[in-house]
Amino acid sequence: MIRYTLKRLLSLVISLAVASVVIFTVIEVAPGDPASFMLGLNAQPETLAALRTELGLDASKLERYVTWITGMLSGDFGTSYTYRTPVADMVTQRMWVSVPLAVYALALSTVIAFPAGIYAAARRGRAGDVGVMSATQLGVAIPNFWFAMMLVLLFAIKLRWFSAGGFVGWDKGLFAGLHSLTLPAIALALPQAAILARVMRSALLDVLGEDFMRTARAKGLTARQALWRHGLRNAMIPVLTIIGLQFSFLLAGGIIIEQVFYLPGLGRLIFQSISARDLIVVESVTMLLVFAVIFVNFTVDMAYAAVDPRLRART
Amino acid sequence: MSLLSIQNLTLSIHSFDILHDVSFNIDAGEIVAITGESGSGKSMTALAAMQLLPQGAQTTGRVMLGDDDLTQRSEAELCAMRGNDIGMVFQEPMTALNPVKTIGDQVAETILIHEKTTKAEAHKRAADTLTRVGLPQPRFPLSRFPHELSGGQRQRVVIAMAIALRPRLLIADEPTTALDVTTQAQILELLVKLAREDGMGLMMITHDLAVVAAMADRIIVMRKGEVVEQGDTARLLHDMQHPYTKMLFAASSHEVTLPDITATEPLLEVKNVCRDYRTPRKTLFGKPGSFRAVNNVSFELKRGERLGLVGESGCGKSTLTRALLGLEPIEEGSITLCGEPVFTGTKPNLAVRRHMQVVFQDPYGSFNPRHRVSRQITEPFHLLDTPPTGAERQQVIDEALIAVGLTPADADKYIHEFSGGQRQRIAIARALIIRPDLILFDEAVSALDVSVRAQILDLLAELCETHNLSYLFISHDLSVVRTITDRVLVMKSGEIVEQGQTEDVFTNPQHPYTKTLIEAAPVLPDLKGATT
Amino acid sequence: MNRNLIIGSLLSALFLLAALVSFIWTPFDYTALSIPDRLQSPNGTHILGTDHFGRDILSLIMVGARTSIAVALVAVGIGMGIGIPLGLWAAARRGSLIDEVIMRGNDLVFAFPSLVIAILITAVFGAGAINAIIAIGIFNIPVFARITRGAALSLWEREFILAARVAGKSAARISVEHILPNVTNLLIVQGTIQFSLGILAEAGLSYVGLGAQPPIPSWGRMLADAQTMVSLAPHMALMPGFAIILTVLGLNLMGDGLRDYLDPRLRRTRS
Repeated sequence: MIRYTLKRLLSLVISLAVASVVIFTVIEVAPGDPASFMLGLNAQPETLAALRTELGLDASKLERYVTWITGMLSGDFGTSYTYRTPVADMVTQRMWVSVPLAVYALALSTVIAFPAGIYAAARRGRAGDVGVMSATQLGVAIPNFWFAMMLVLLFAIKLRWFSAGGFVGWDKGLFAGLHSLTLPAIALALPQAAILARVMRSALLDVLGEDFMRTARAKGLTARQALWRHGLRNAMIPVLTIIGLQFSFLLAGGIIIEQVFYLPGLGRLIFQSISARDLIVVESVTMLLVFAVIFVNFTVDMAYAAVDPRLRART
Repeated sequence: MSLLSIQNLTLSIHSFDILHDVSFNIDAGEIVAITGESGSGKSMTALAAMQLLPQGAQTTGRVMLGDDDLTQRSEAELCAMRGNDIGMVFQEPMTALNPVKTIGDQVAETILIHEKTTKAEAHKRAADTLTRVGLPQPRFPLSRFPHELSGGQRQRVVIAMAIALRPRLLIADEPTTALDVTTQAQILELLVKLAREDGMGLMMITHDLAVVAAMADRIIVMRKGEVVEQGDTARLLHDMQHPYTKMLFAASSHEVTLPDITATEPLLEVKNVCRDYRTPRKTLFGKPGSFRAVNNVSFELKRGERLGLVGESGCGKSTLTRALLGLEPIEEGSITLCGEPVFTGTKPNLAVRRHMQVVFQDPYGSFNPRHRVSRQITEPFHLLDTPPTGAERQQVIDEALIAVGLTPADADKYIHEFSGGQRQRIAIARALIIRPDLILFDEAVSALDVSVRAQILDLLAELCETHNLSYLFISHDLSVVRTITDRVLVMKSGEIVEQGQTEDVFTNPQHPYTKTLIEAAPVLPDLKGATT
Repeated sequence: MNRNLIIGSLLSALFLLAALVSFIWTPFDYTALSIPDRLQSPNGTHILGTDHFGRDILSLIMVGARTSIAVALVAVGIGMGIGIPLGLWAAARRGSLIDEVIMRGNDLVFAFPSLVIAILITAVFGAGAINAIIAIGIFNIPVFARITRGAALSLWEREFILAARVAGKSAARISVEHILPNVTNLLIVQGTIQFSLGILAEAGLSYVGLGAQPPIPSWGRMLADAQTMVSLAPHMALMPGFAIILTVLGLNLMGDGLRDYLDPRLRRTRS
């Protein structure tokens, strides 16, 4: 178990290192100098040079990479070129929207998908299964941003149950905060729930075909007991993988949904920074998202070991 | 009154007939073996007795347990009965246990679903049951997971689950087919002991007639979903009525006569061969360990000689086979064929390889499903400098197919059009087509039904006559090796522990392991009723 | 033939046809602005209505299909063209350093939130169809590499591959001759799924303004235009949305149908 954990940790560190190099390189080769962008076309060369020095842009690439990384490690994400405020502060503020949104959506997706997938698997081939599977086919095909627009049209414009966009802030209370994230979370969660339900169903069906399920039935377990006691835990292995992937998708998918609902999250921050060529922000936020994804995958690997004793023993 | 009475059972799945008018009884304390080749419906009969039939199965007839007709019982009533009145043991111990639950939990579960008792009490009884099947505490604690046990130990856990509540009837579906011969003997002994101690009826499904003859009180022979013959073991063995029964028993003890050999020139020379496998690192940055799969193996195979290699799973015979074929490098020693090394430097030696071909075990996995037979069997032409083309190529293909008892027209067919036995013939044709000096048969008849196996053995004997074959016959099946080889090697834990003339080794084994192996292997008694 | 395959193929064919026909004919000129006709609901003349510039929505959807299909198709092509050889290579050298490097590289690409990187690429190198294709295509590579390797690994253990090795064939030759034909079905099925994901991704990128640029019409941009008008002219949002949903649904149904149709195990139990 210790070796398994160490191995995963090592792979986490390597992934992060490579990812940081890739992101840094992409940003480096980006056309357009932030300093000249900030000062406009008519800037004096001296002013430009002064600004470049101030922003640390005249250091060598390696130096800047090292500065960036050591900074990130100590929680200093640099200073935004445009806002002249620490990136860390901006990110923290935005995270209070994006992360709750992703978690909310993941919870919704899981709550919808698990019963649907289990129900469909238990009624394989019957009307209930066909019904659930058709619904998921549709769910997978619907673009979440379009679904978001439809939700706005129905629940915000026609029924006026929710506001069409914006975020009230957590200082208005937990309920008000969740209320204003509900439509975005539903829009994000629905296609993911459809995927997860399908994975749940097929993982369960695979497990149902295993020999040990027949053994369980031979002991006198009913089909339902066998499914709950022996099927589910074995089916969780592929399902966990998908949940891990989905979290990253939800963080990223949030970027577009935040646009639809004008939510002040990380996604909007990235867009604003891109159009302002505020590359240090883009760089740091991207790295943060990648870190989140890699870390979630690491957690999923750890969860595997909890579910599957064979993994604990091996490696 | 019988314990189990199956009366006129007919079963179809999606309008495919599986069982037809099957009737037999099992009494309390009686051991009844149901035997037959694949497709005989013997496993489906077992599932029908449990009423655990696949979806879409339709039955007529009755399955009486005492005076209960199980076909009339509701699913809830059947669940209350399964595991309590009837227990079942399956073929594949490696997959029959839930990998994520401890063996204690799995055995205790049988008790917990049928009886109102505490978890602690159920675990205590599970421990007792495990001890009873030969997994004593504290050597095999309840907290073990299935992957921490060997195949034979896992089968004991499955048996413990089945007998925890001392059912009246135990059904065992090919319980030892996946196990080694020494383990098989122990498991069979255990099943018989449990049945006798508890006065339990035992329905034993097996294709292995030697197993049947050794342990059953009564035998039921099935073929294509019908019972062709049944009777007390002693009577049936000595007075077979049905021609199929006679054929089956004859095929099981089928012997062939090999032509005498004359040549003495060495063909394959294996000297001090060692092959290591890397094992995972013990510590994160430590050196990877290594496991010696083949240790200092030396032997010689003369031209025209038929050599056998026997051993149980994990003894290294597959690794040795791969090394002989030049598919994997060896750490130490040398392998030469016709005086040339099969492996030079890091690359296999093609010029040598063309003198050697192989026939594998699985008649279904041995062929690319997307190619026609002609393309499959001509694959070894790749080894030749100037492979035959045009009419000459056609002629070689025809000859090879005819030699193995097929027709030239079969060359244009796809592999799924052939039965298992025919596929094995095609595999032999592929091995023969470049007229190699040596053929390796890697468990080549192990996956076949006995009647088909007998035909393939006949074919080999015939080819020895016509093609003057030299081969290495690798198998775990002692009776087959005994009839089809001149000389035999016995392998254990990567080493050759004994070698000698086949008949000598079998009648007068020297090494203790060889003795165990031969004693453990079930043999058919001499039968008068069987005809060839 | 099963129902999924028939419905899926018909839907996919419908949109492919619409895209092809749009090269020679559309009901109206999709570039022609006509302010008096703007924001018409679906009617006899404009079957799917008009947008805020009075352009015919059906014509825009037909031309938009071109963009979506082209982007998704090329992206799948990139994924297959690079991913399949990588997967075959890794499987042929299983357990070696090169296998490890390929698979770790795959994991790494998977670890990037795809949309974030797609946005990054298009943002840094400029918005446009070509960059959208590259961004989507990169994420198709590990999908195909992984699925090819997985299927190839189990094939390498099969005895017919051993037989080919005994016949002295090289790993490269075995990969092409024996492995590839036996993983084709799987790749076709995955191909349709990635195709549909590509259409969704392209729509998403275009929606945030990073996909195909004006004047090239695309479904995602039509939706972006519709957003501010959604209460005024809901059909502007509904119609391109339906186009996306039906295309993706069609491709997915086709993928499912193909999987059932091509899987010999399933076919045997069916017939």
